Amino acid sequence: MRHWFNPQVLYALWLREMKRYVRARSRIIGSIAMPFFFLLFLGTGFKNFRPESLPAGIDYLNFLAPGMLAIVLQFGSMFIGIAVLWDRQFGFLKEIMVAPVSRVAIVLGRTLGGVTTAVLQGVLFIAVAMLAGLKVSGFGGFSLTLFFMILIACAFVNLGLSIASLMRDMQGFSIVMNFVMVPLLLLSGAMFPVEQFPVWVQVLCYINPLFYGVDGLRYGLIGMSKFSPFIDAAVLFSFCAAMVGLGTFLFSRSDID
Amino acid sequence: MQAITTTNLTKKYETLTAVDHVSFEVQQGEIFGLLGPNGAGKTTIIKMLSTLTTPTEGDADVWGHSIGSARDDVRRSIGIVFQDPAVDDSLTGRENLDFHARMYGMKKELRIERIREVLALVGLEDKADLLLKKYSGGMKRRLEIARGLMHYPRVLFLDEPTLGLDPQTRRHIWDYIKMLNQREKVTIILTTHYMEEADSLCSRIGIIDHGKILVVDTPTALKNAMGNDLLTIASADSEGLLAGLTGQDWVKDIQQYGDQLLVGAQQAEEKIPMAVHIAQRLDIAITSISLRKPTLEDVFLHYTGKTMRDEDAAAGDAPRGKMRRHGGHH
Repeated sequence: MRHWFNPQVLYALWLREMKRYVRARSRIIGSIAMPFFFLLFLGTGFKNFRPESLPAGIDYLNFLAPGMLAIVLQFGSMFIGIAVLWDRQFGFLKEIMVAPVSRVAIVLGRTLGGVTTAVLQGVLFIAVAMLAGLKVSGFGGFSLTLFFMILIACAFVNLGLSIASLMRDMQGFSIVMNFVMVPLLLLSGAMFPVEQFPVWVQVLCYINPLFYGVDGLRYGLIGMSKFSPFIDAAVLFSFCAAMVGLGTFLFSRSDID
Repeated sequence: MQAITTTNLTKKYETLTAVDHVSFEVQQGEIFGLLGPNGAGKTTIIKMLSTLTTPTEGDADVWGHSIGSARDDVRRSIGIVFQDPAVDDSLTGRENLDFHARMYGMKKELRIERIREVLALVGLEDKADLLLKKYSGGMKRRLEIARGLMHYPRVLFLDEPTLGLDPQTRRHIWDYIKMLNQREKVTIILTTHYMEEADSLCSRIGIIDHGKILVVDTPTALKNAMGNDLLTIASADSEGLLAGLTGQDWVKDIQQYGDQLLVGAQQAEEKIPMAVHIAQRLDIAITSISLRKPTLEDVFLHYTGKTMRDEDAAAGDAPRGKMRRHGGHH
């Protein structure tokens, strides 16, 4: 097996993903439209919704925006799993797999492409959300948000790759994806403070890695969080590393046809 | 060194042995054909030789590298055109080639030069910057052949290179394949279930059925081994010529139908001058002579006991079978 760090291969895979991305305008719009409308409707509709744990000076729209950003990242990243299944269906996966490059390099290249597109979508979403009334705490906060966005995207790209490696068809993939994504999302504190839940549900929230992702994003964007950003970063980083390991393992041993 | 050597190559799936202890050799520089019906195991052999799937048993060397222990060396030595299209439709022709070149570690100047070269080779220079979505089936196939050649492979695999193409495009692809073999000095191994394709392209053919290679030889030798060719001689005096030819040691079989004589002989093209010579000595004018050689269809029938068409039907082309049954009730 050749060296896994092969800049030219990483660049080739990344470049292909970028070209596909900018040529699929519907994908760009579609991926941020749904969370944006949620933000707009829930943020406006629940304007006077004030859970007691919400600090003064932060309205519900600002609380909700980091949560919706997490959805954009989550779905944007998992899209790479669909891309892998498409490549399998349209035969292009064979063209990739028959090349004399390490399977790890292929996973890394796809991760790089998936993370870039997901983060781009995230930034686009932040820009649109600012128009709707999101107040970002400053440049430092935005940089920190970017850091958390990359960790979240990296973890979910590899989760998508892992599921896609086990699945043969799109239907199976979307079923499994919904089974994984929706509980993670509902238990992440994206929509409202988790203190509203009974204690046993709160426990489930605290073992959900996405909870720390939303918490980190919220700290970066509006300066509010449950845990210290260091704890959020540490948990997310571990989750991300585990997913990269799993994605690499499953993708490397998956069959072509 | 042989381009490819396989020894007892075997692939088993749960209930099915797709490839069954196959051993053959492909010489450097030749166009080798695997001829057999759908489901005979041709594609599985190609998949094993190109490292896309691992054999259950046996081994093979491709350009001196074992497909079991030196997969990356094998991958570097080969180019492959898959049976089904394996291109990215949302990229242009040039971008597809460029992606390939980068994956194979080619430097920028070489990439640009080689892309120009292979595009010219398959006549797609003016379509290079079109999205693949806009390509016809034949153009896609040509682009894939060009891509297979990008990284100067020693061995090029073509899995059913003309499947689903119209007859005219098919002939074009044949011309390209012959030309590549000569100009690029690349060894070609192709699979096909078209008799004419194997016959007109391949220097040697392996006939494969139910996962086993039944025979390997040149198309000419395979057909010659079938026995007699058939000469049909039309002349002014069939009776006279019949008397003259009967008893010649090369005449294996002779029958008269009106003014025509049917003569069975081996290597009959060499016997035509003899027949003409005898006719001239007897002062009989010959109107025409035609020669029919056994075809690969006869060869296939001989080794498998079935024609290729029977086999394809038996392999269960389900939708077509269903349609036929429905048709019968009208």
